[in-house]
Amino acid sequence: MAILSRDFRALRLDRVRHDFGQMHALRDVTLTVQRGEFVALLGPSGCGKSTALNCIAGLLQPTGGEIWLDEQRIDGIGPEDRGFGMVFQNYALFPHMTVRRNIGFGLVTQRRPKPEIARRVEEALALVRLSEHGHKLPGQLSGGQQQRVAIARAIVVAPPLVLMDEPLSNLDAKLRLEMRAEIRRIHAMLGSATIYVTHDQEEALSLADRIVVLIDGKPRQIGTPEELYTRPADPDVAEFMGYRNLVTSPAEAFDGGVAVRVAGARLSGTPMAAVDASAVVAIRPDDLHPTSDGPIEATVEIAEYHGRDFYAVARGAGGTELFFRSAVRVRAGEAVRLNATQERVLVYPAAATS
Amino acid sequence: MSARLSLRRRLRERGLDAVTLLVLPAVVTVLALFVYPFLYGLMLSFQPKEGGALANYAKFFSDPFLYNTIGITLWIAIPATLLNVVLSIPVALRVRLMRSQRLLTTILVIPITLGTVMVAEGLLTYLGPRGWLNRTLLFFALTDSPVRLVHNYWGVMLSLVITGFPFTFLLTLSYVTGIDKSLEQAGAMLGARARQRFTRILLPLLAPGLAITLALAFVQAFTVFPSAILLGAPAGPTRVISIVAYQAAFEQYDYPLASAIAMLMAGVQVVIIVALLAARTLVFRGPASTGKG
Repeated sequence: MAILSRDFRALRLDRVRHDFGQMHALRDVTLTVQRGEFVALLGPSGCGKSTALNCIAGLLQPTGGEIWLDEQRIDGIGPEDRGFGMVFQNYALFPHMTVRRNIGFGLVTQRRPKPEIARRVEEALALVRLSEHGHKLPGQLSGGQQQRVAIARAIVVAPPLVLMDEPLSNLDAKLRLEMRAEIRRIHAMLGSATIYVTHDQEEALSLADRIVVLIDGKPRQIGTPEELYTRPADPDVAEFMGYRNLVTSPAEAFDGGVAVRVAGARLSGTPMAAVDASAVVAIRPDDLHPTSDGPIEATVEIAEYHGRDFYAVARGAGGTELFFRSAVRVRAGEAVRLNATQERVLVYPAAATS
Repeated sequence: MSARLSLRRRLRERGLDAVTLLVLPAVVTVLALFVYPFLYGLMLSFQPKEGGALANYAKFFSDPFLYNTIGITLWIAIPATLLNVVLSIPVALRVRLMRSQRLLTTILVIPITLGTVMVAEGLLTYLGPRGWLNRTLLFFALTDSPVRLVHNYWGVMLSLVITGFPFTFLLTLSYVTGIDKSLEQAGAMLGARARQRFTRILLPLLAPGLAITLALAFVQAFTVFPSAILLGAPAGPTRVISIVAYQAAFEQYDYPLASAIAMLMAGVQVVIIVALLAARTLVFRGPASTGKG
């Protein structure tokens, strides 16, 4: 029986820890999720994002810290009493029940009257556009359909919080795009909060209102997709957000910027924090282009055709590997001069790399 | 030539080629050691020492001393089977969560390797009137006279549990571990308590496996022989059907009658197994997990 109200204001994680023996899966995660928000937990595999989700769900007991839903502390409450909806990575549909009975399961355990269950199951089926498949067993559905059943089953009980654990990772690329839109649409309709675990930065960027980047069990940066994309807090986050060019460099501040050296060439950058003599430079491949007068001289090693443009790897002076994007055709062995604008060259103090 | 080639190809398309010949040793073994003796016994049972073809069967069903053994055997085999299987479910559910699973499994499997006679001998000395159990009970004055646990129904029952449980446990454990753990977690997330998760999710998914386990455990228990003699009362409450078959064959040297009894044993087992497997089709029979892994 769901005892937690749907009309909550905020879910609060206060220094939540989880240790598996000597392994610290989560270290002091503090986070507030407002009602109506779509929050993505983003991080490389093994960063603790699923552990965090399971702690919120109640499937794992945090070894330290507190979880609050408004004024109620919930980390001691079992998953069956939290009433949160959860979509599992492998969907976890009950294979012996029809789609209808799968979706109705949460309402049956709440002992709702039969007509109400039937009505709400039909509504949920319509919401995920599976009305014709209600009589089937999960095994008779395609991956995308199973996925939608899992979502319908999680939301039919009108949970205050919907938790999703890499729900799209088992689907093919086209279906992933479709389901992304679907998830966003359902989230908007429900008005509850969604916490979404993924390792795919593109997915997080396109879905979430806010992204939490978890690295080694610790939130490194919490912000809007724009903030994370354009201004990662440190080189680790930058690397994870697609800044593939990470170069250590001497740094020299000048009025309105900082001068760095990338592959032997001088480049103007934007300091992301107080930078001293040595720095880490982060440049996204999308921001590094060949131009006729670019300062960085390099030789193309690999060029991949991506339709609209080329993604290429070049080697500069001192053997520095550089990833860049080019609108014009480049070929392996070709010499290029690369350039990036000052605001897209991010400079971090070298000590920030942990 | 072309006709021959195409025949070979047609056979290959049906999965028959030279490799298929590798099944021959197995087929010969099954024919020689199972099918032939079975058919021989079946024919023999219709050739009684005296009377018509069905005289052996008529004799069996007219003598309560003979036909009662079916009831006696079922009275031992069915409770023992149910006890073993029902007991194995909670143990398997618990063991699946344990880390030192192997050690425990090894300990539980030892009774299988010891064999029934060894277990029976052990139980005789341990549970007998002068055994450790009764001595302890008497010493602490928990009982006035020795508790009788051997040479009766309970002795056979105990031995069937001790030797049968590891077997059902191992089977059940493999079925239980085949159920995706996230299904239970999904149940919990949807508000189902432990009891509901068991009855609505685990049990339906286990049911097909349990039917197989029941069938195999029943066959084992129904053919009980050494422990019925050593630990039971072979002239009375544990005069099981295999004892009667043994007596017919090796005490009265009436092979046709012994064959008829053996055929009846097989008949009872087939009836029970068919019933179990038929019940299995009433529940879900698909895989115990979904999704693309």
